[in-house]
Amino acid sequence: MSKSVGQSMIRVDAYEKATGRAKYTDDLCDSSALIAKICHSTIAHGFVKSIDVTQAEQIPGVVKVITCFQVPNYPFPTAGHPWSTDPHHQDVADRLLLNRHVRYYGDEIAVVIGENEVAATQGVRALKVEYEELSFVLDVQDAMKDDAPQIQENYPNNILAHTNIRKGNYEEAIKEPGLIKVEGWYDTPTVQHCHIENHLCFSYEEAGRVVVVSSTQIPHIVRRVCGQALGIPWGKVRIVKPYIGGGFGNKQDALYEPLCAYLTTQVGGRLVKLECTREETFVSNRVRHAIRSHIISWVRPDGSFAARKLEAFSNQGAYASHGHGIVAKGMGSFPQMYPCDNVDGDAYTVFTNKPSAGAMRGYGIPQAMFAGESHIDDVAKTLGIDPLEFRHKNIMPQGYVDGFSKNENYNDSFNQCLDKGMKYIDYERKLNEYKNQTGPVRRGVGMAAFWYNTGVWPISLESSSCRMILNQDGSLQFQTGETEIGQGCDTAYSQMVADAVGIPFEDVHVVSNQDTDITPFGTGAYASRQTYIGGFSIMQTALALREKILKAAHELTRMPISNIDLVDGKIIRMEDGRVMMTLGELSTEILYSLSISQHITAETTAQIKSNAYSFGCSFAEVEVDIPMCTVKLIDIVNVHDCGTLINPALAEAQVHGGMSMAIGYGLSEQLLFDEKTGKALNDNLLDYKLSTFMDHPHLEAQFVENAEPTSPFGTKALGEPPTCSGAPAIRNAVLQATGVSVNQIPMTPHILFEKFKGAGLISE
Amino acid sequence: MYDMKALYEAQSVQHAVELRLAHPEAQIIAGGSDVLVQMREGKRAGKELISIYGLNEIRGVSIDNEQNIRIGSLTSFSHITKDLIIQKYINVLGQAVDQVGGPQIRNIGTIGGNTCNGVTSADSASTLHAWEAIIELTGPEGVRRIPIHDFYIKAGQVDIKAGEIQTAILIPKASYENTVGNYIKYSMRNAMDIATLGTSVNVRLSADKKTVERARIAFGVAGPVPMRAPHAEEKALGQPISEELAEIFSKAVLEDINPRDSWRASKAFRSHIAVESAKRAFLTSVKLAGGVL
Repeated sequence: MSKSVGQSMIRVDAYEKATGRAKYTDDLCDSSALIAKICHSTIAHGFVKSIDVTQAEQIPGVVKVITCFQVPNYPFPTAGHPWSTDPHHQDVADRLLLNRHVRYYGDEIAVVIGENEVAATQGVRALKVEYEELSFVLDVQDAMKDDAPQIQENYPNNILAHTNIRKGNYEEAIKEPGLIKVEGWYDTPTVQHCHIENHLCFSYEEAGRVVVVSSTQIPHIVRRVCGQALGIPWGKVRIVKPYIGGGFGNKQDALYEPLCAYLTTQVGGRLVKLECTREETFVSNRVRHAIRSHIISWVRPDGSFAARKLEAFSNQGAYASHGHGIVAKGMGSFPQMYPCDNVDGDAYTVFTNKPSAGAMRGYGIPQAMFAGESHIDDVAKTLGIDPLEFRHKNIMPQGYVDGFSKNENYNDSFNQCLDKGMKYIDYERKLNEYKNQTGPVRRGVGMAAFWYNTGVWPISLESSSCRMILNQDGSLQFQTGETEIGQGCDTAYSQMVADAVGIPFEDVHVVSNQDTDITPFGTGAYASRQTYIGGFSIMQTALALREKILKAAHELTRMPISNIDLVDGKIIRMEDGRVMMTLGELSTEILYSLSISQHITAETTAQIKSNAYSFGCSFAEVEVDIPMCTVKLIDIVNVHDCGTLINPALAEAQVHGGMSMAIGYGLSEQLLFDEKTGKALNDNLLDYKLSTFMDHPHLEAQFVENAEPTSPFGTKALGEPPTCSGAPAIRNAVLQATGVSVNQIPMTPHILFEKFKGAGLISE
Repeated sequence: MYDMKALYEAQSVQHAVELRLAHPEAQIIAGGSDVLVQMREGKRAGKELISIYGLNEIRGVSIDNEQNIRIGSLTSFSHITKDLIIQKYINVLGQAVDQVGGPQIRNIGTIGGNTCNGVTSADSASTLHAWEAIIELTGPEGVRRIPIHDFYIKAGQVDIKAGEIQTAILIPKASYENTVGNYIKYSMRNAMDIATLGTSVNVRLSADKKTVERARIAFGVAGPVPMRAPHAEEKALGQPISEELAEIFSKAVLEDINPRDSWRASKAFRSHIAVESAKRAFLTSVKLAGGVL
């Protein structure tokens, strides 16, 4: 069957994007739009007592001021999760469009709508806000204390959720004589997605409905949330999603679409645009959860685990957003990755007065892998075993099945990936060569594996719909609810459609943009699910379309369906391979037929009740300049088993992007907060040290292609996995180079300065 | 969209002076890579601007009648780096300003703007201090020249009087003759960053390349304004070159510098890096000057 799947087809949007012709949200907004600017709180916790709008309203060009005292009282959830009709599984509805109870420095308290940006900005500056200030808390464990300020009602000790794992009997198991205890605390930072295009949307009313055009990953979910936030039927809302300049999970949340939808209703349905600045993107969108993990391993001298324990504390920030899902996913990987008979796990998600944490590429796994894989190296070091050998001995074996998800490690994915990474980096030789170094500049190699899965089943709904419409010339359009957010799914899908229907790649036209009025239902781009989940509805719809095509071919050729096939856009008689007609001839003939006119289309919904492991690893080589407290990354490789590659060039690009994020995560990125005020200190791209091209060595992406048996196309997750193992690999390379365990990222020079001083590597 | 009250474009240096006198509250704008950012942040919102960016007469590098290297204040960073006079006599300045921001910023940003901002982290500032640059200002009373040390009053404030604009930066021959330097920008990433600490060292060796005839060192971000470290310079004066001298020289900087604790870096960290950078920049300068260690 396969002709285009597996080939590095050029992106279907390459020309539009490279020439600048592709229309993004801002390109589509008419210049007549009113501009909305948000007034953000300048305290971290408290109540807005009053907002004096008098001066703001007098500024020329200010159209309207709306404050937190005016918005409707419909608390709504923002997480980009599929809705659950079971109230116990619904996301937490904990915010209003504008909030009187301010829960972080940067909370939305008012909006000024102006004829232009300058007027609206001046209006915001002219607002006079009075607060009743409350004490605030930023640290996740401080927030759990009895005397901590209460951030959200109904959550004692600010605990949004606490779940646990109890496997075997940890307390009994640790009594085994001769066990070695290895314990560590590991901290990961608050980071932000830093997609190129800041979130923006514009809104207007049309025919009694609200239309929102938005830079979002999840148009159908955003429609539901807008309906909930405004208290209007969901059908009264229409969301349009154009091309977007990246999302990485930040836009897997309803951000300002509900507010913008409300604003247009307050100015007679006029066009209103709301565009985030970079500063707002850092603070008032979503961030990655900072997670503090405490791991204890009880190990036998032969290198096997007797018992393991994990406590993880996830800093949720002010609002629930994706909430406990993140740390829960991380904890879920803990007993699976290194199977052990006795495991205790406790995960807490805790409100603090920081920006709200939501989805971000990796969804809890980069945090879990930093803690878990750093700890594995600490264990190996304690035992004096090569960390790679230790992993080979303990990591999830072939044939392992997870009881909950039913995921199976069909192939020996972990060990195959480790072998490939080891060869690329020349691990054994370097490990030896870098032993026992002295001097100010030292090198090291390190590695880390990662666990991932694909999509959200069985925790949540997996559903995908696809529509195909045949044209007179034999080409077709197709649509899905899964969104192109730069990752290339439009191209991968086009390849799948071509092969599944049996037509050339160039005859497949993707309808890239989603419009909830016309796009079949789908929940959007997240969970590394696109090629996996979309593959099911594409295959199912292609089969339905083929059935109609072959039935028409039977009508027109009089050949039995059992003897005809559609191959490469032609109706073939299978017995002798004769081309009976082209698909274009068939399509034209049957559409204009005076006896049996048919417009051949197909649309189906697939529910997916499976999931798939997607594993891999990173190997890194570093050079540490001890007196300068710097780490130079010399080489890094990621190896992934993401099943059959649909498009190798795009897969490689996906891995490069994830590796880049992992490098920043490990070495430089961190959103910092003023302890005295709770204000973000570095909410801009100068002070927030996103790693640059100059901070990257060559990024090597390699693959192990074990076809995933549950997928119609043999594929599984690749969107998020590349971000998961880079940081701990770099950390472990620094450990090999210096003997110093750095248990917090980013490993900035400031951190290394303290660590190296502590280890006596640099003098006071 | 910028919140700008008015923009006046100067047609000549004289016209710029007149505009300055006519609009004393107005802000001078050259390349705009700082002013427009601040305007967007609201710090300079609603202000009048006087643009001097079109004044080619104060753009470019030359050697004047007194053998000074004359750098017109509007010369962009990328032009300085590529300029042959700079490369021949004071290459370290070209290297230093080649580490400002990214390529686009280096094309628009000017050395005049870099110094007039009065910020301690400016990549050109420590090198200009270490090379004893002279700042030339033109105002209603004519031309005024002052040492760069005196030009910096305090953080964010420089000595530009009413009606004046900075027109050139001069490097005297006494400073650049037979002198070679090295600049170490210490920052948190390898591009698009401001200096956590900037260290600029230059040395002049004896004819036999064995003795330090003169050493100069200046820092950015070791205090509120860029600063020299005279104690270190004195320690090296007339001394034979050696690794030990580099150690002595670098440790002596602690007697002069005064970095502060901030969220960007601690005082202890900056002091540590200052010593290490001083040592490395000194050793590199000595080697570039032909010294063999």
